[in-house]
Amino acid sequence: MALLEIENLGIGFGGLQAVAGFNFSLNQGELVGLIGPNGAGKTTVFNIVTGVYRPTAGDVRLEGKSIAGMKPFRVNRLGIARTFQNIRLFGGLSVLDNVLIGFNQSVAHGFLGTVVRSRRQQLEERMHEQEAIDLLRTFDLLGRLDDPARTLAYGPQRRLEIARALATRPKILMLDEPAAGMNPQEKMELMELIGAVRRKFHVGIWLIEHDMKLVMSICERITVLDHGETIAAGTPQQVQDNPKVIEAYLGKAEV
Amino acid sequence: MEAQQAPTATMLHRNQVPAWIMNVALVIVIAVLWPISVAFDKYLDSYVLDVLIRIGVAIILAVSLNLINGITGQFSLGHAGFMALGAYTGGVLLKHYQNQIPGELLPATFIGVTILGGVVASAAGLIVGIPTLRLSGDYLAIATLGFGEIIAVVLNQIDSIGKFEVGGSAGLHNIPHITNFFWTYAWVVICVVVIARLVYSAKGKPFFAVREDEIAAAAMGIDTTYYKVAAFVIGAFFAGVAGVLSATLSGNLDPGDFNFVKSIVIVVMVVLGGSGSITGSVLAAILLTYLPEQLRAFEDWRLVIYALLLIVMMLVRPEGLLGNRELWWTRKRLAFPEE
Amino acid sequence: MHVFLQELINGLSIGAVYALIALGYTMVYGVLKLINFAHGDVYMVGAVIAYELAVKAVAARSPIWVTLPVIFLGAMGGCAILGFVIEYLCYRPLRHRPRLVALITAIGVSLLLENLFQNRLVFGATPRILPELLPIRPALSWAVGSEKAPVVVTNLDLISMGLCLAMMAVLSWFVLRTKMGLALRAVSFRVDTASLMGINTNRVISMTFVLGSALAAVAGVVDAMRYQVDPLMGLIPGIKAFIAAVLGGIGSIPGALLGGLLMGLVETLLKGYLPAQYNNYSNAAAFVVLILILLVRPSGLLGKTTVEKV
Repeated sequence: MALLEIENLGIGFGGLQAVAGFNFSLNQGELVGLIGPNGAGKTTVFNIVTGVYRPTAGDVRLEGKSIAGMKPFRVNRLGIARTFQNIRLFGGLSVLDNVLIGFNQSVAHGFLGTVVRSRRQQLEERMHEQEAIDLLRTFDLLGRLDDPARTLAYGPQRRLEIARALATRPKILMLDEPAAGMNPQEKMELMELIGAVRRKFHVGIWLIEHDMKLVMSICERITVLDHGETIAAGTPQQVQDNPKVIEAYLGKAEV
Repeated sequence: MEAQQAPTATMLHRNQVPAWIMNVALVIVIAVLWPISVAFDKYLDSYVLDVLIRIGVAIILAVSLNLINGITGQFSLGHAGFMALGAYTGGVLLKHYQNQIPGELLPATFIGVTILGGVVASAAGLIVGIPTLRLSGDYLAIATLGFGEIIAVVLNQIDSIGKFEVGGSAGLHNIPHITNFFWTYAWVVICVVVIARLVYSAKGKPFFAVREDEIAAAAMGIDTTYYKVAAFVIGAFFAGVAGVLSATLSGNLDPGDFNFVKSIVIVVMVVLGGSGSITGSVLAAILLTYLPEQLRAFEDWRLVIYALLLIVMMLVRPEGLLGNRELWWTRKRLAFPEE
Repeated sequence: MHVFLQELINGLSIGAVYALIALGYTMVYGVLKLINFAHGDVYMVGAVIAYELAVKAVAARSPIWVTLPVIFLGAMGGCAILGFVIEYLCYRPLRHRPRLVALITAIGVSLLLENLFQNRLVFGATPRILPELLPIRPALSWAVGSEKAPVVVTNLDLISMGLCLAMMAVLSWFVLRTKMGLALRAVSFRVDTASLMGINTNRVISMTFVLGSALAAVAGVVDAMRYQVDPLMGLIPGIKAFIAAVLGGIGSIPGALLGGLLMGLVETLLKGYLPAQYNNYSNAAAFVVLILILLVRPSGLLGKTTVEKV
């Protein structure tokens, strides 16, 4: 049984069928890509899986249990974390706080403990802070711990978003265009970072990306979406050579 | 360029006073309030004491509203409604029973009644908070305004509930004067400490997250509705407590005291102090209760000045006195060596 | 049946006034996404101007066909200027700030106007009644069934409903058929893009305020003649008109008309049919209506929903 299974997923908005007949599976520790031209429905698929939208057809199963239509916070608590195409950090909060918020589900002490600052509460907070610091070190963000997240440069902001997602201790990490707007140097570092994250945290990673070089080089498998439908799926080599994929991106070849 | 020593969480708190010492200090502070209160009752001019107590009530109102509006980002314009519920709960019960119970009122009873006032108000907070699932921003503001007005109108119509006199449009009078400096400031300490400790802790960060970005908060596993409702419930509780204190200070209650204007006055305190800043709310509450006393001569123009103050403030410094920082924050909390 | 018809007419007459005020709320919200809390007080200023002009007119013994237009136009002009000034001084500087800041400022302006006019030097808190300009007489009437008293439409009802319809017609023509109106609609959709397309958004927004305030002035004059004038008279009608705008779909002009008429009808019918002791609950009832709309169908009857992109 795969970690994440998507079966015949579909969603329509009014008259528009944004996604139809989408099938997919992700196993423990895999790194898989989702690509397609703009407007193909990739973020929509992410939104359905993470509970932002409710599908009109099909099912999503995490570890065998159906999660279609669940509220986003429940989906996260069950083990799926994501980043957003347009970065959604908690801008007014510090870098450290952004990551600490990721630990909110792992808080065992209660209201009373918080108010009287019990021993247990103090210990738990220290523990989480240490984990957060370690996480931020992995992402090379330690120098800006106290700064409001919105003051970070673009690249560090994207990294912070990934760090924050990891703080929720997910089984699956879904990254929506993490390399968007980065220069080649930053993209290289991001690639290494994603690889390191996979090794260190044993998460399955599902990636939406436009940068073909990046996708082809790190993903084990790729699914290609166009106008809401899957037009190809397979290894990077298979996808690259697929004429339908070429056509979707570049248009029909002139005769 | 490795750090000399790996940064740890303990380094973040190396200058911090241990929690248990703070707890002991707080108990001492509250205990010390009692003799101070007795002394004030004896020697302090009663007008000055009255102002001090009203400042205390204002602090509780501002800090409790700040939790809802400033920290959690839910624009509530009906805080006076919660205060009214607490005030009437306390006023009605205390007036009714003062005739039944001969002799002095036990402190425990007063604590009980005050908490009950808070609980009644927080029940209303629960009712108001639940629709926040569907509403936000302007619409929430109007809906909370509506709740506040509904409560005021209903209180205006009720003359009595069973054997308990409520007063209706004539108001409720001759409520026993129980509040003094001690009770007020004990509750001020409790309110500020509880809210500050809650909010600046692991359990409290989600409140800020809800304000900053609800969608991201949900994606991080935060039940945003729970936190929004919790903000309303806790905020309403303390508003109810403030209501009981206020009712037993003046001895009189009139439904017209708890209308939209009252809610606005509290909102002005929160905004002036800085939405999201607890210390800001405290400062603004003190300022905005004290200043009108100095401007007694301009009674006619008091609200005009208030309104102008509000407009000018929004135009010139909308983030208020302290923005969303606290007075006790230092420039740089930590100094990790640069990596 | 007789009671019902009479209440129906009364309801439409009152509703027309709500609709006029609601138009101002809905237009401003459409372009600025701001609830102009001060709008109800502009209506009040219109009534006050009407009072002052009426007093002078009666003293000068001017004929009714001069007085009425002068009062209406005077109030409209005065309020138009007031609306323009409020936008220019208080809302325009905050155009790029978070919306909450503008909302609080609007509350401040509202409080300012109310308390300024309550001051003895300006108007005073005691309500005043307009000197009688127009004896309120039945203009149309017809008998229904076997009732002795006929169902009556007074001249004031006619003025109220007539003006409302006329204003609606002019406004609709303006919004749908003129270039300025097109600009208005463009700005309602997207302020930044409209500005990039060469539209002078500042002028469009000012004009929105000017128009809305003029309409509120008309409502103020009508109510000054119907009831009395006092500095707090804008509170309740303002809230009810706002609820009407939300009911009809905030941002929608036909919605404001529909919402206003509905609010007027509901209010009069409730007052007519419920026992007198529940009269004071009508204000609370208006709020209950609002909260229900916001929960069940926040886009209102004729409005459209917007979705946030994730």
